[in-house]
Amino acid sequence: MDSALPIADRGGPAQPLLLAKDLRKHFPVGGGLLGRGRKVVRAVDDLTISVAKGETLGVVGESGCGKSTVARLLIRLLRPDRGTLVLDGDPVDEPHGITVNELRRQVQMVFQDSYASLNPRLTIGETLAFAPKAHGLPAAEARARTRDLLAQVGLDPESYAERYPHELSGGQRQRVNIARALALRPRLVILDEAVSALDKSVEAQVLNMLVDLKSELGLTYVFISHDLNVVQYLSDRVLVMYLGKIVELGPVEAIYGNPLHPYTRALLSARPSMDPRKRTHEAPIQGDPPNPIDPPSGCRFRTRCPFAEDVCAAGEPLLTETPAQSVACHMRRPGSGHSKAAAA
Amino acid sequence: MAIQSPSIDLGGTISVLLGRSGVSRGYWQSVGRRLRRDPVTLICAAILILLVAAALLAPWLGLADPYKTSMLRRLNPIGSPNNLLGTDELGRDMLARLIYGGRLSLFMGVTPVACALLIGGFLGIAAGFLGGRVNMAIMRTMDVFYAFPSVLLAISLSGAMGAGAENTLLALSLVFIPPICRVSESVTTQVRGFDFVDAAKASGASTLAIVRVHVLGNVLGPILVYATSLISVAIILAAGLSFLGLGVKPPEPEWGLMLNTLRQAIYVNPVLAALPGVMIFITSICFNLMSDGLRAAMDVKA
Amino acid sequence: MLLYALRRFVYLIPVAFGVSLLVFGLVHLAPGDPISAIVPPDAPKEVVDKLKEYYGFDQPLPVQYLRWLGVTLTGDLGTSIGTGRSVATEVATAFGNTIILAIAATTLAFSLAVVLGTAAAYAKSRLVDRLVTLISLVGVSVPHFWLAIVLVIIFAVELGALPPMGIGPENSTGWRLDRAHLAHMVLPTIALSVIPLGVVTRTVRSTIKETLSMEFVTALQAKGMSDIRILRHVLKNAAPTCLAVMGLQAGNLIGGSILIETVFAWPGTGFLLNSAIFRRDLPILQGTTLVLAFFFMMLNLTVDVIQTMVDPRIKRG
Repeated sequence: MDSALPIADRGGPAQPLLLAKDLRKHFPVGGGLLGRGRKVVRAVDDLTISVAKGETLGVVGESGCGKSTVARLLIRLLRPDRGTLVLDGDPVDEPHGITVNELRRQVQMVFQDSYASLNPRLTIGETLAFAPKAHGLPAAEARARTRDLLAQVGLDPESYAERYPHELSGGQRQRVNIARALALRPRLVILDEAVSALDKSVEAQVLNMLVDLKSELGLTYVFISHDLNVVQYLSDRVLVMYLGKIVELGPVEAIYGNPLHPYTRALLSARPSMDPRKRTHEAPIQGDPPNPIDPPSGCRFRTRCPFAEDVCAAGEPLLTETPAQSVACHMRRPGSGHSKAAAA
Repeated sequence: MAIQSPSIDLGGTISVLLGRSGVSRGYWQSVGRRLRRDPVTLICAAILILLVAAALLAPWLGLADPYKTSMLRRLNPIGSPNNLLGTDELGRDMLARLIYGGRLSLFMGVTPVACALLIGGFLGIAAGFLGGRVNMAIMRTMDVFYAFPSVLLAISLSGAMGAGAENTLLALSLVFIPPICRVSESVTTQVRGFDFVDAAKASGASTLAIVRVHVLGNVLGPILVYATSLISVAIILAAGLSFLGLGVKPPEPEWGLMLNTLRQAIYVNPVLAALPGVMIFITSICFNLMSDGLRAAMDVKA
Repeated sequence: MLLYALRRFVYLIPVAFGVSLLVFGLVHLAPGDPISAIVPPDAPKEVVDKLKEYYGFDQPLPVQYLRWLGVTLTGDLGTSIGTGRSVATEVATAFGNTIILAIAATTLAFSLAVVLGTAAAYAKSRLVDRLVTLISLVGVSVPHFWLAIVLVIIFAVELGALPPMGIGPENSTGWRLDRAHLAHMVLPTIALSVIPLGVVTRTVRSTIKETLSMEFVTALQAKGMSDIRILRHVLKNAAPTCLAVMGLQAGNLIGGSILIETVFAWPGTGFLLNSAIFRRDLPILQGTTLVLAFFFMMLNLTVDVIQTMVDPRIKRG
């Protein structure tokens, strides 16, 4: 089979393109004498994500909340401690499923640091041809593919294929990184802070290009960012993370229009606005996020939450469906025991 | 003999090509260009090439026989007729012996580093790229060798195995494997941390292809620079072993051994007794300066 | 901090085990069996067998190793095949002499290196910087055993100012703090200090230069702090790197002293090792190597712990 051909939709539009169930990744840190009493950073804790075909799922959260770990788990650059990945109905790395390599054919990733993600010793052309060649495409065809890719991301193939990364600007390099992610004609592209390091004007250009590429190639995006405005602009659905957990998940209008979780509210009220009437004067959230090595018991946000009560320390809030979105907060779960919760 | 691991700098290369619009240059081209503009490195390279060429072409240079002894002409001073640099304690021509001596001395210095580069480099890159248990196994073994000062390790090993050029080569190779392995491991671990390696993994390429295309090109330079900095140490160590009588056996001409046999002459003809050391000194300085030049040419920040 | 030191120490145990294995293996690297070195080739078989039994060479290798390890752990390094005396005593005496020389050489090398390196880093004139760079280049490139011979030629043979060899006068039984013994130390100390001098000068110069280019120095200057007080801040920042290199050099100097001790007939471990090699006195070779390697390991451990103590950036344990 020609592995360079795009893979057709198999499970139908209703089946999630990528389903991650109960993903968990803890990193051991330090260690006592002879490695006893080791501590772990709970980077991602029992996270379930489903990505629908053709959507853009935005993932937001403060730095250190586990966003990048999620990205790396979704493409299996990290092996999860627990949990499964299902790509369009096929479980990954399981007896009757597909291999990790097949997953990576269909899921690709763009990294934040445009410089560190390009090999400084290779020309742009060599970098783009690497993956197709590794999948068995003959050199001549790989070269042709390279030229198409450069054109797709708005770079002149004639002048850019022979250049080295250090000769390009940040925006150009990020276009190359996007081209590389497209080289295997994937169905899902994970963009991990892909535009965060760019100048605002360049960022807008690259964002528009991403929108165009998506409709042109029928792509699905997981867009990870700490920039709420960019996520609002690009996403269909938004997932809010706090210390390795989902706190709120729902359509972009619901999350931005009617945030239910205190953390989401705080995040949204903290973002700068150009409209003076929308500016807030209350301090959004106090303090730094707690240490993920030893997250608070119960609700992880309770140490910074203005509405925290005893029940928040006692039990972890479950993700609860509301009419528009899902939220993990005791105040929103009827009968939870929180004074603001509805009765059961 | 300090061992300092070189660091990889990705940001550095940016400055190189500013202002040279249109022409794209690879990394190695710009390194070569900078080396060609470094007079110190060029001079050292010229001296070393001269030494090597003279040693290799010695039979055709019209020199005296380096093995021919003469009871009558022992320890002739420098500038004697027929013997430009005098004669040694057995009446052999010093000039011929010094030039022929370059063969063994250079060979004994460069070969162990080359062997150690192959073995240590392979082990280090494997440890660095594979990480985990492989890394543990390889690096902990190296730690055992690191528990010995390098000179002690070389002398104990060749002392136990007995004198002879082969044993010296083996002992010295063993001495240089651990430092090269450590440096290779550390630069490979650095490179492995860069996103482009993750991107390559994410493309589903085989480990071998990733190492060949993305890792080797970035780590070989620093490893090579480090290895060249060891050559001067190796030449001194090899000469030292011969000086102790552990390396090359008489009557072969070799600088360290010549220093040893000429020690009895320090009261008669002191300048002559010091000559072989001058050769070791010159060679060692040239290798050190070349290694510095190479490092500077490859480190774009400098 | 104590926990860190303890953990580093525990970590040394497997390394020490590997070292003991390697040192034990040295004997078996030797061509032929270890007994053939000490008996004449025509010795009767019973004598050879008896000797083998006496030294334990008739046992299988793992048994030999465990027996050797057990005995070694009690501090008994065996008896010298050459002299019949206890290896531990011989090595201890020689080690004392080596340490005296090593302390003198490191003191000389490190103090000179710090002064030269700092001067070069601060030097406004390129000449001073060039000169110091040249000194350090010579230090790392010169074959130190050759330098030792050159020193003997100049100061002992030509000038007759200093004794060419030995630890003291003819009748000396060991090192003592007097004029004659100190005079014997001068040349070996200088010869031994050149390599660490070169390496450490280089490190001090580049580390201080790097520190001087950091922004906090500019900030201190902008605050109007005097140069002397700024120097204190700079030295404090440069210290950890320099200390690490010094520690490594101090250890390597002990190894490097083998050649110097041979040139000067200084009765230290190097001299002992060298004569053991030529007498094929394997217990001495083993014992000396083992003691030096353990000393080197302990030195590295100490340097490592001191480095964490002075460098607030490293938080371990």
